[in-house]
Amino acid sequence: MKRNFEDDKEKMVVVEGSYAVADAVKVCRPNVISAYPITPQTHIVEDLSQFIADGEIPNCEYLNVESEFSAISALVGSSAAGARSYSATTSQGLELMHEVLFNVAGMRLPVVMTVVNRAVSAPINIWNDQQDSISQRDTGWIQLHAEDTQEAADMTAQAFKIAEDPDVMLPVLACMDGFILSHVYEPVILLDEDLVAEYLPPFEPKFKLDPKNPKTFGAFADPHSYTEFRYLQQQAMNKALKTIEDAADEFYDLFGRHYGGLIDTYQTEDADIILMAMGSIVGTIKDVVDKLRAQGVKVGLLKVRSFRPFPAEAIKNAIKGAKVVVALDKNISLGLNEGALFTETKGSLYNTNVNIPIIGFMIGHGGRDIPMSTMEAIVDEAKKVIDSGITVESQFTDLKEELL
Amino acid sequence: MKPLLQAGHRGCAGCCDAIAAKFTLMAAGEDCIVVSPTGCLEVMTTPYPESSWNVPFIHSLFENNAAVASGVEAALKAKGEFGKTKIIAMGGDGATLDIGMRSISGAFERGHDFTYVCIDNEAYMNTGVQRSGATPFAASTTTSPAGKVSFGNIRPKKNMPAIMVAHGSPYVTTTSIGYPKDMIRKVKKAVDVEGPTYVHAHSPCTTGWGFDTSKTIEIAKLAVETCLWPLYEMEDGELTKAKKIKNPKPVEDYLKMQRRFKHLFTMEGGDEMIKKIQALADANIEKFGLQ
Amino acid sequence: MTITLGGVCEPGSTLVNKTGGWRTFRPVFDYDKCIKCKLCELLCPDMSVDARDDGFFEFNYDFCKGCGICANECPTDAIEMVLEEK
Repeated sequence: MKRNFEDDKEKMVVVEGSYAVADAVKVCRPNVISAYPITPQTHIVEDLSQFIADGEIPNCEYLNVESEFSAISALVGSSAAGARSYSATTSQGLELMHEVLFNVAGMRLPVVMTVVNRAVSAPINIWNDQQDSISQRDTGWIQLHAEDTQEAADMTAQAFKIAEDPDVMLPVLACMDGFILSHVYEPVILLDEDLVAEYLPPFEPKFKLDPKNPKTFGAFADPHSYTEFRYLQQQAMNKALKTIEDAADEFYDLFGRHYGGLIDTYQTEDADIILMAMGSIVGTIKDVVDKLRAQGVKVGLLKVRSFRPFPAEAIKNAIKGAKVVVALDKNISLGLNEGALFTETKGSLYNTNVNIPIIGFMIGHGGRDIPMSTMEAIVDEAKKVIDSGITVESQFTDLKEELL
Repeated sequence: MKPLLQAGHRGCAGCCDAIAAKFTLMAAGEDCIVVSPTGCLEVMTTPYPESSWNVPFIHSLFENNAAVASGVEAALKAKGEFGKTKIIAMGGDGATLDIGMRSISGAFERGHDFTYVCIDNEAYMNTGVQRSGATPFAASTTTSPAGKVSFGNIRPKKNMPAIMVAHGSPYVTTTSIGYPKDMIRKVKKAVDVEGPTYVHAHSPCTTGWGFDTSKTIEIAKLAVETCLWPLYEMEDGELTKAKKIKNPKPVEDYLKMQRRFKHLFTMEGGDEMIKKIQALADANIEKFGLQ
Repeated sequence: MTITLGGVCEPGSTLVNKTGGWRTFRPVFDYDKCIKCKLCELLCPDMSVDARDDGFFEFNYDFCKGCGICANECPTDAIEMVLEEK
């Protein structure tokens, strides 16, 4: 993170995380917002509705649709018609959108959607983990994770810039942890409208639905060309690796805040133990790193900001000097007993010259609190790996044996 | 002038979808945007990299057609481009009154200014003639086949126009591709009326219903002449017009020309089923004052 | 051909697909009977009945699939369906 807090102090206001994001959406000048209420996303769409009611978002239509399925479907139409298009959802709502997510990405429509990460049912649970967005991994959306409310707001503008880049033209899920970020009141700097206008050029797609130039969208592709459509989506993801970094750098130049591009690191240069994670847990880990560093433990943090495209090269370079890497996942692939960050990091290193032991901890499911003591215990486990190798590769954290 | 739906599409010989789409575009004119769900119409007209459409066209998925159309409408409004351009959602019966029901209900409730044209060929033709909510009573389809103990589909058609009337649509109408002037007039009216309007076009499918490719129009007319498919208009919830059928033909005239009803003429008890179908026609005469 | 962004297609481009090859029977006009009512043009699902300058019509055999709707609906029986011979 690069930021001068002293300079920023004067501009800060204390608002809810959802408001900060809604305000960021507002200044990005969307043309169509389409959303269906679901906890804990509701405050974002309520705030946006109020902006609309107060006439604060010109040239924008807000659709109160009858389901998340239609929320994202409406944006297929609006984005194809040349409108900057936005939605927000979470959990069940995101899962209901699943089919359409593939469609938006395949049609190369640069929709931006905030995901207020929440656990998925059953059992029904409204609290935070990241199973919802992780489960949308293969839909072809770029997936970014924010660490705090300021980053969630700033990421919104970056998301539009990345999505609409002519070399990318892919939709973006901008993720923030439910309640932990969406409902917390913190000092943030609301995005300056003029600066955003400078940062984010108007959306002018190469093709749009236009009777004067009547193109066809959404044709079907047979085996002759389907493979190439998929290949081109992957190429766009590859290009996005740079675009995401550039978007973060350009944002820093204008706004003076930087949270990393694809990844960010904290105290990793000489670290023996590197903890890697996504989202708000990163803040807790920083505190743990500070505490343990004071005790002489050489521990560092790797924050993964972009889950898709997966920044394999950046991760490899960040961890290559460590003696052990620990991936923390607020999700699980049932039947594999691993979280996605763990699986993918492990997989991306397998055929490289970096051969470091990696262990995984699945943590914070359904809003389970993650105290510093838990994190310190995890670091203790990592130390054992350095001394005597891996005994348990991937495991649940803080299981309550008395409930089993 | 080049046709707005171009030749070279892969529709079957005698295709009802092509005719329905052609009439719709003749009514709407070139300043329109067509939104279409997955189905025969989309598949036969848009095999990448080709398209039969000379108007802007978008296909997204099967069940979200009206939602996509509402997004197009919202985009044009937001950008100050809304006005002359007509937005037409055009989909089959399955996409409209089965899997797309939620989407069309939401779009009509929200009051988007667009026209939905349902091309009703009474089953899932694109996947091989499976039963839909629009399949008529006693029709044999691949998932409601007639058999030793079955006369085919056991339920009457879902009354989709009534559902759209219940949504407060200012203009809901039924039409048939057998009556081109009627259909073109009604689509024209539908696109001109402000708000969400609904045109339900009865469209006989040569492949799915089992009749000769030359009979598409003839069968469509017979459905109307037997009063099994009444042509009427509902404006602001009131029945304002219904096409009179002075001397309704017996339903057998319509049924006997189609493979999907063949069993009614060969199975024991089929005559009772035909009587029930005649009762449906008689009820239409009564309900819509067709005589 | 290289793939366009998202698979966007050019309008009217199915004209490369000559569906006339599907035909088993070909429609043939008897212009003595034709009353220029335009019904054949209106009802053709394949946009394969073209107007001529003299008010009559002609079939576009590049695309006509030979469905026979035109012949079936012609009010004066001015169209005959003739078996295609290889």
